[in-house]
Formats: sequence, structure tokens, C-alpha cells
Amino acid sequence: MTELDEFRSQVRRVLENEVPAALRGRATDPKAHVWGGRRMAFALPESRAWLEVAAARGWTAPTWPREYGGGGLSGEEAKVLLSEIGRLALPPPLVGFGLTMIGPTLLQFGSERLRREHLPKITSGQIRWCQGYSEPNAGSDLAAVQTSAVRDGDHFVVNGQKIWTSYGDLSDWMFMIVRTDPGAKKKQAGITFLLVDFATPGIEVRPIRLISGASPFCETFFSDARVPVENVVGELNAGWTVAKALLGHERAMIANVMGSGGRRDTASRWDPAEERLAALAKQYVGQAGGRVADPVLRDRIAQLSMDTLCFQLTVQRAADGAAAGHRPGAETSMFKLYGTELNQRRQELMLAIRGPQSLGWESAQGEPGDGFSADELQQTRDWLRSRGNTIEGGTSEVQLNVLAKQVLGLPD
Amino acid sequence: MRLALTDDQAILAKTAAAFAAERSPLSRLRALRDPRDSLGYSKDLWSQMAGLGWAAIPFAEEHGGAGLGLAEVVLVTEALGRCLAPEPFLSSVMLAGRALARAGTDAQRAAHLAPIIAGDAVLALALDERGARHDRRITTRAETTAAGGLKLTGVKANVLDGFGADAFVVAVRTSGEPGDAQGITLARVGSRAPGVRVVRQHRVDGRNAALVELTGVEVPASEVVGPVGQGGEVLDEVLDAATVALSGEMVGGMVEALERTLAYLRERVQFGVAIGTFQALKHRAARVFVEIELARSAVMAAARAIDEGSEHRRALVSAAKARASDAYVHAANEAVQMHGGIGMTDEHDIGLFMKRARVAEMTFGDAAYHRDRFATACAF
Ligand SMILES: Cc1cc2nc3c(=O)[nH]c(=O)nc-3n(C[C@H](O)[C@H](O)[C@H](O)COP(=O)(O)OP(=O)(O)OC[C@H]3O[C@@H](n4cnc5c(N)ncnc54)[C@H](O)[C@@H]3O)c2cc1C
Repeated sequence: MTELDEFRSQVRRVLENEVPAALRGRATDPKAHVWGGRRMAFALPESRAWLEVAAARGWTAPTWPREYGGGGLSGEEAKVLLSEIGRLALPPPLVGFGLTMIGPTLLQFGSERLRREHLPKITSGQIRWCQGYSEPNAGSDLAAVQTSAVRDGDHFVVNGQKIWTSYGDLSDWMFMIVRTDPGAKKKQAGITFLLVDFATPGIEVRPIRLISGASPFCETFFSDARVPVENVVGELNAGWTVAKALLGHERAMIANVMGSGGRRDTASRWDPAEERLAALAKQYVGQAGGRVADPVLRDRIAQLSMDTLCFQLTVQRAADGAAAGHRPGAETSMFKLYGTELNQRRQELMLAIRGPQSLGWESAQGEPGDGFSADELQQTRDWLRSRGNTIEGGTSEVQLNVLAKQVLGLPD
Repeated sequence: MRLALTDDQAILAKTAAAFAAERSPLSRLRALRDPRDSLGYSKDLWSQMAGLGWAAIPFAEEHGGAGLGLAEVVLVTEALGRCLAPEPFLSSVMLAGRALARAGTDAQRAAHLAPIIAGDAVLALALDERGARHDRRITTRAETTAAGGLKLTGVKANVLDGFGADAFVVAVRTSGEPGDAQGITLARVGSRAPGVRVVRQHRVDGRNAALVELTGVEVPASEVVGPVGQGGEVLDEVLDAATVALSGEMVGGMVEALERTLAYLRERVQFGVAIGTFQALKHRAARVFVEIELARSAVMAAARAIDEGSEHRRALVSAAKARASDAYVHAANEAVQMHGGIGMTDEHDIGLFMKRARVAEMTFGDAAYHRDRFATACAF
């Protein structure tokens, strides 16, 4: 038995014996996703045990070094771990911007002190992070941020406003970009990347209601909030480089979730039986001779299903190419662009399939007695939420700009 | 299944691209087209390509081939597609040649494969019929003769590289009704056999295609290819592989059309700046790029699915052809638009890609046809 096989059987033993079986098959169930934080909540009580088992072994961040709470696994071992988790369709033990965004960025740019302080609290789920990039006047043109940080002894005094802070009201810390040199010649040059504890006096977070009814994002106001100077990531006034690297991680994460492109080896494992749209269409629109009865709808399902497959194959090709030593390019922009559009098209097609049943807003007193099932009500919200996919994390237009410049070499 | 090239494959891709670029500039196409050269391709260049071993790629070693697969074939067709080379790789190797290799007797293989692999003989598959679009209706009739052979009557259309071909593999109906999957038989017919008349068809891409009229053509039993009535299964397999080969060609064509367009966007000046600075055009070019990337992944996966005998190969083949069809037509249309007026002239090369895109799109089934086939394979 090779070492890798040995590792696989160890992993399998742990997953089968120590992780509650109730979590199996719930990989994509939002209720089974644990976000961590000082106010950590478990929608399913079993999730706590899984988090503890995983955190003890560093499996919440399999490839991070062990001294920061990671698993210290090689790429190959991490693949094995993921495939074993996938085999039981377990949810990830922990999700959030700590693991996907600020963690990788600290590993790349953070001082030893910052890594030791923050990474273990991310991997254990103790601290939940949010992203303070956008401002009312700095969206796509992110380098136009105006929130100011003025040095006062060993602190910065922060004043200004961030907006669209996803889960700001549930988070404990924010990573943000602030203007530290308003006189810099290029606006990108006067920006610093800062970590801020929300327990600091002078910070106020107000939820904003979304088009889909939920309130997952917020406005965050800073008035004379004092942040220690050692919370700067990278160099003073060189935060733009750090911010852009983080955006790369963010795009990759969004594309993965949207196109479910994270799956390994699509080319071998793809299974058309997993296409929910066809089954749904047969249920809602009817079938004729085993086929979706409406030929136009059937064609649209085939098109979307095919595009999804080709997208996943492209994600795999990029990964296989990287494994073979090819330098990854600006692919994340392509994946962000196409993955989010695919998800929107999928949601739109769901509406077409369910027809008026997809228009329910809420059920009377939480009773699904008014003709809409819980699934259908969720559908309405998912569709509305999906419209944000091509805006958040850099709009589609911005991704096209990046592709044109960095991949196609077109002039400015 | 890995979607990356092995070292050997990377070398093949490189040499094929270099050879095609050097020996097959686009100017050659006009030289073939304008004097209305009926052949539409160069016999000499085709034997040079065969000399490089390209025609041997998909045949088993015991049949005199190289024993390689579709993963290699698409590297060669991509190189051909980049320079729109009209040589008869699809027709002679992927269609007629592979049908003989797959279904032929030992004697038939021994007699006919070597000249195909050497590039000395060109064979064509006579399959489509007028008005039948991509459905394999097959109305060409075959009666059994007293000697146990067949007597064929019917008209085949859009026979790729049929004009000047040395022989045809013809799909005929020996039983059942037009449209039935069963009852199709394959037979080899020499182009000079009595009752055969070949008429050159001139299509928009200038390539060789022909009408093949068969009037009481007698075929001895020794020239029937494969079991009588079971040619449909042979065709399924042969056409799937040829469809992937063609999709590879299409990827080459769309990549070239985009690259030529990008060069033009950098060079053409209007309003005092390169037109490539205009965001409307940048975004259109970036969308084309994404479509091409998806098509390439699908083609690579389909080729490997066939090579590895995957249970989902049929769906993957249709995904590849549908994506390649949509992407090539899109890339070529956008290329002409972004060239402006010059793109509409016969003199400029970019239009050649648009013409080829359209023919390739409709060969072996267009995108809508393959979406339907994909949906059926997926039980939608
Ligand atoms: C659901 C959701 C969650 C989010 N979460 C966070 C978060 O946690 N933290 C955070 O900091 N931000 C977050 N954002 C903000 C997000 O990053 C911004 O909304 C986004 O960058 C766009 O900025 P904007 O809203 O100011 O739009 P604008 O930049 O004003 O854009 C308006 C329109 O103009 C177009 N446009 C702008 N510039 C160009 C250009 N150069 N070329 C072509 N078109 C252009 C855009 O594509 C868009 O269509 C979130 C947004 C959403 C929708």
C-alpha cells in the first residue's frame, strides 16, 4: 500500500466513524454550512462535532501549514481528503471569507505575527471575517476608495463608510482597504490593507435589505475608530497589490460555487442523471415518451446542461494544465464571468420550468398551505439573489476588461 | 481522464502546426478555387501529409496504422483548421478509411487501407441524400443479385471529396423504410464502375463535394463491407469519431479567426486610436475567447471519451460538436464585423473562415441536431 492509500484509509476511517452520519448527503445544503465566529450558530446540531473533528486535524484548511492550524497536507493528500468528503457528500466542515479570502492572502503577504494571531482562529472557526472594499463612490473603480486612515502614534484613526459588506452584522473582524496617502500621484499608490476588530469603538454596522428579502449585506460606518498600526498587511501604501491578490482568490471562489466547477475530474465523473432541470421539467411540464414534453424547453435544458458541462471541463483543463506545469493565466476572470452567468441562466430556466409556481414570495404564517411549496418559495429567492452574481466580486464588464487586456493583449 | 497534452502529443501538435503554417498559406486556397480546380485540394500536399504519418494515426498497428487515437487526431485537424487546409483527411481517413478498417474483411483491409494511409488513394463516404438534412434516411436502394452481390440505385449528395475519389463506401438500404436505423448496408464502389456518375458540387467554402448518382451499379459480394443490414452501427461509431475530428478542425479555425481579428484590432486606427481600445470591441473579442476555450475543452474530452470507451461518449461528442458549431459561427461572424468593410471583400482572408464555419457547422449535424442528440443520450 502506498503512503497515499494509507492516508486515504485513515481519512475514510475518521469520516465514517467520527463524523455524524446525519450529515451525509448534505454537501450543498445551506443549513449544513457553518460560518463560525464569536456568535457561531449550528443550524444542525451535528455540524458542531464535524467542525471539531476537522479542526483538530487541520482539515478545515487542508493545505495550510500545521503551525497555523492547517492540515499541512500536500496537494495530492488534499485531493484525497476532498474526494473522500465528496464520496459521503459531507458538507465542508467550515465555510467563510476567512478560509477563502483573507487566509490565503495572509499566507502570501502577512507578517509572521499576523499569521500566528489570525490563521488559527480562522481554521478553528472562532472568528468570522467580512470584506470592506466597496464604498458608495468606489465600486468597479475600487482604487477610488476614500475611507481614510490617519496615523496617530501607534494607531491609525479610521473615518469613512463601506457599503455592501456581506454578513457585516455577523462578523467579528473586517479586512479593508483605506486611503493612507491622499496626495499620492496614482490613486492606487495611497492605499493600505488593514485588519480591523469590530469590537473597536467607533464602528457601526447597519443591515441593508436585499432584493431577495434577506439582509446579508450591510453598511459599515467608521468614526474615529482606532486601529493598531501592526494590523497593516503588507507595506504601508502598498495595499493595492494585496487587495488585487485577494480579488483573485475571491473570483476563484465565486466561480467554483456558481458553476460547481470545483468538482474533480469532470471528464470521467460527469453523470447526466444529476441534471435536476430535466427531472423538474418532467414533473412541472409533463413528459411524452420519457422525454420533457415541451421540445423548446427540452432544447434549452440541453443547451444549459451542455454549457455547464463544458464550463466544468474547462475548469478541469485549467487544473490539469497547472498540474502539468503550465502557468495559470487570468483564467479566474473567465471562470467568474462564465460561472456566474451560468448560474443566472440556470435560475432563469428554473423560472420557465416552474412557471407561476416560481412566483411565490412567502407562505402565510410560515404555513405552506397557500399553494407554494418550501422549495418553490426558495426558488424565488434564489433567482433574485442570483442577479447579484454578475455584480459582486467585480462585475461581468470588469471581468471582460481584464480578459481583453491581460489575456488578449488589447490596448488601453 | 486528464485534459492536458502528453509530451508526445505536444510535439505532434507543434510539428503539425508548423508544417501546416509553412506549406499551406491561405493564398493557396484562392489558387485552388479561382481556376475552378475541380479537385479543390492538392494531391501532392496530401501525400506529403500522409508521408508525415498523419493518415496512419487512427488505424491499428496490425492494419498498418500508428495505433493512436482521437486525442492525436484532433491535434492534426486543429492544425489543418487553422490554415483552412482542404486536404481529404476527414473523408479518406476518418470516414471511408475507418469504415473499412472497422467493418471490412481481412482481404478488404489488406487491399484498401495501405493506399489510403500512404495518401495514394482517396476514398469518400457516400452517405447523405438531398433534402434529408442530417437524418440518415437512406433511400438509395439495393437489390440482391443472383451472384449474391448488390445492385444499387440512388443519388448521394454532399459527398465530401467525392469528386476525383478513387472509390466510395456507399450506405444503402437493403431492408426497412427510409429513416429506420436497421437495414443499412455498406458497400465499396469504384468510381469508374459502370452506372456511377459523379458531379462536382460547388459549395460556399470552395471545398470538394459531389453528387454521386448510382444507376443499377453492381457490387460483388466481396465488396460488401460488414454484415448486411448492420451498417448503421458501423456508421454510428465512424461518424462519432469523424465528428470529433471535424470539431477539432473547427477549433483551429476559430482560434485563427480570433487571432487575425485581434491583430487587426491593434493595427486599425479610427478616431486617432487603435480600434482595439474601444470597449465595445474588447468585450466582443473577450466573449469569443471564452466560447473558444469551452469548445476546446469539450473537444478534448470527447476525443478522450472515445479513446477510453466511456459510457458517456455519445453525449460528449454531441456537446463538442454543438459547442464547436456555435462557437465557430460566432467567432467568424464577429471577426467579419470587427474588420468592417474590408471583411466583406473577397480579397481579404477573414471571410474564408466565415464560409468554412458555416459548412463545418452543417456537416455531421448542426448545433440544434446535436443538442437533441445530447438530450436523448442524457434521457432528458
Ligand atoms: C450580493 C453582493 C455582495 C457583495 N458583497 C460585498 C462585500 O462583502 N464586500 C465588498 O466590499 N463589496 C461587496 N459587494 C460590492 C461589489 O463588489 C460591487 O457592487 C461591485 O464591485 C460593483 O460596484 P458598484 O456596485 O459600485 O457598481 P458600479 O461600479 O457603479 O457599476 C455600475 C455598472 O457600470 C458598469 N461599469 C463600471 N465600470 C465599468 C467599466 N470600466 N467598464 C464597463 N462597465 C463598467 C458595471 O459593470 C455595472 O454594470 C457586493 C455586491 C453584491 C451585489
